[in-house]
Amino acid sequence: MAQAQPKMPVEHGVPDPMSTMHPLMKRNYGKWVYHSHPKPGVLMHRAAGGDEIWTVKAGTQRQMDHYTVRKLCDIADRYADGYVRFTTRSNIEFMVADQAKVEPLIQALQKEGFPVGGTANSVSMIAHTQGWLHCDIPATDASGVVKSLMDDLYDEFVKCEMPNRVKLSTSCCEINCGGQADIAIIVQHTKPPKINHDLVANVCERPAVVARCPVAAIRPALVNGRPSLEVDEKKCVCCGACYPPCPPMQINDPEHSKIAIWVGGKNSNARIRPTFHKLVASGLPNNPPRWPEVAEVVKNILRTYKADGRPWERMSDWIERIGWPAFFKKTGLPFTKYHIDDWRGSRYTLNASAHIRF
Amino acid sequence: MTKKMHETPLLDELEKGPWPSFVTGLKRLAQENDMAVDLLGQLEASYRNKVGYWKGGTVGVYGYGAGVIPRFTELKDKDGKAVFPEAAEFHTLRVQPPAGMHYSTDVLRKLCDIWQKRGSGLIAFHGQSGDIMFQGVSTANVQPAFDDLNAIGFDLGGAGAAMRTSMSCVGAARCEMSCYDEQRALRSVINSNLDEMHRPSLPYKFKFKFSGCPNDCVNSIQRSDMATIGTWRDNIRTDEKLARDWYAAHGMEELIDNVVTRCPTKAIRIRRANGEAPPAHVSRVKLDDAQCLEIDNHDCVRCMHCLNVMPGALLPGGERGVSILIGGKGVLKIGSTMGIMVVPFMKLGSDEDFEKLQELARKVLDFFAENALDHERVGETIERIGLANFLEAVDLPVDPNMVLYPRMNPYVRTDDWDEQVEKVRSGQQAA
Repeated sequence: MAQAQPKMPVEHGVPDPMSTMHPLMKRNYGKWVYHSHPKPGVLMHRAAGGDEIWTVKAGTQRQMDHYTVRKLCDIADRYADGYVRFTTRSNIEFMVADQAKVEPLIQALQKEGFPVGGTANSVSMIAHTQGWLHCDIPATDASGVVKSLMDDLYDEFVKCEMPNRVKLSTSCCEINCGGQADIAIIVQHTKPPKINHDLVANVCERPAVVARCPVAAIRPALVNGRPSLEVDEKKCVCCGACYPPCPPMQINDPEHSKIAIWVGGKNSNARIRPTFHKLVASGLPNNPPRWPEVAEVVKNILRTYKADGRPWERMSDWIERIGWPAFFKKTGLPFTKYHIDDWRGSRYTLNASAHIRF
Repeated sequence: MTKKMHETPLLDELEKGPWPSFVTGLKRLAQENDMAVDLLGQLEASYRNKVGYWKGGTVGVYGYGAGVIPRFTELKDKDGKAVFPEAAEFHTLRVQPPAGMHYSTDVLRKLCDIWQKRGSGLIAFHGQSGDIMFQGVSTANVQPAFDDLNAIGFDLGGAGAAMRTSMSCVGAARCEMSCYDEQRALRSVINSNLDEMHRPSLPYKFKFKFSGCPNDCVNSIQRSDMATIGTWRDNIRTDEKLARDWYAAHGMEELIDNVVTRCPTKAIRIRRANGEAPPAHVSRVKLDDAQCLEIDNHDCVRCMHCLNVMPGALLPGGERGVSILIGGKGVLKIGSTMGIMVVPFMKLGSDEDFEKLQELARKVLDFFAENALDHERVGETIERIGLANFLEAVDLPVDPNMVLYPRMNPYVRTDDWDEQVEKVRSGQQAA
């Protein structure tokens, strides 16, 4: 043991942001009273004492090589005041105290290929997960789906032409790490897990796996004389919950892991209470490198919402007004028996009234 | 110096188009490190075969039980050798960002230097839980990379059955809707419970998130076990000049369509300006010399819509604080759940107020540690035992703000109804 014992970590916890915050934001911390949105990608905030700060927002690829991060730093040093922050959707924000710096900053970002936009009633960057790049359980990729879609939705990011803001997410399995969104793109498995019975006994804590199943479809079994697990395939809802704790229960399938589209999720309390997104389409192929079938459905929904939504209506507000029959009619998406919820609480999703729409 | 690039015809497609390309970034890294060369190789195989090739494992840093996400390749040849050996170990370090995700370029460059030297050079700002994700490092370099990051003031985030890295919105740093010091609240709750993050011993993950107002820009209600959301108790404040400016620019149709009729509780009315003082619970602001906008603050649910449409003209009240909601989470296992209101209002301004928030957070963590089943989120525990039992366990008083409507069925034992009534009455007297 010639190697020295590593030193104990310093448990810093969450760093204090004050030392890395734009000085004008620090000075006016908690004192802001007004904001305006002069153009897509630009915000102006004013503090009670009259200080103004201008924010320019740009899209990134989120998974950034250090050269990209350094390029953004160079832009921040040369055209902004040397400070940036990131939003929850991985957009980068540059803050400047001088309005005259806004246009040169925008030009510098655009010249280096960073789209300026993502504010207010635009389609913002897609919240996403890790996918094939780094996750241990993904049925599809994340960064590639996002890159393909954002290429298609580029104009909607740099313009503000939607009724209200649009937040998208993608998730590479049904756990949905991408989260709730106005439009969410989520893997939907269609076949039960394929079990490698030779490995289960050594790899999986069987009672824990049994307990994970939301529909109690998994039970311990002896297979070829070895302890394993079996799945009641009639009960199985193909959610994949058993796969993370038990990798020999392979749920991902290049052919049968499909992609579903969900709409109308929002976390803001503005107007109607926060909502979860709802299933509108499924069965789309997992088709790298550009997932064109998924893009077509997403773009169709966005086109319909853009044409039909009224100002300030989020996707959920729009659908609340026009009703689900009109949503399916206007988008041309078929309404099937699979759209009728039968999970716990589903009684409250049914129309217990004589209200109908034509 | 570096390995020859693999053919990547599928990934090459992702270099086309106007959005910044992560593939182009990976190729830049591949000019200087072999890990990126082989990462591209494996990723291309995933694109070709539509299969992921990573498995987990156990990798960590000295003194901590979480914060590193281990990844080992499963793409092996017939002899069990990694097809892409330079990326056979491709771990991620989850690192907690400064609260509110503020960076100076100086700090960002230091982070880049460390990751260029120790890892693949690939960094995500940020992961879905709010970590800076330093992606791609060999097992041998995990400790040195962490030591370097730790030396400049950064700490690992959460993973597994532990308290997770937290997020707050930009809040007080640059938003007029901010109702409390989000960054202080985040740091006081997280930094007083770091043991739960670094040495996991909870039944499952536990997430705190902090949003400055009910617009909830960090999605605390759907993505956190304990959501702290800014709100106010008194009247919406008004600014006559900005209200007049807004009305002059937008006019009556937009006022009706976008403000009045979008109020979810019909708390807004347009009234003739008659010069009288409004009732104490009404906010009134002139739109022009003839008309004013009135908000009945008893009817207002603090949804934020009218404040969003008329920035500055309408602002959160002066008596600010937070609502606390418990139990938000994703799909597994019972289906997605939203956070539930358990503290309609608590002040959050003084040192004592922040201590109270910390105490509540600790109480909820203790409740979770002692009562949740294995792999159960606190929202699921509450679903299993009922909200009333949770409230009793953490000593929070019941409040009609916690329900949409009261019970709709008679299946409940009410032996001590009178005692409960007495408890509520004496509680009201105490308050």
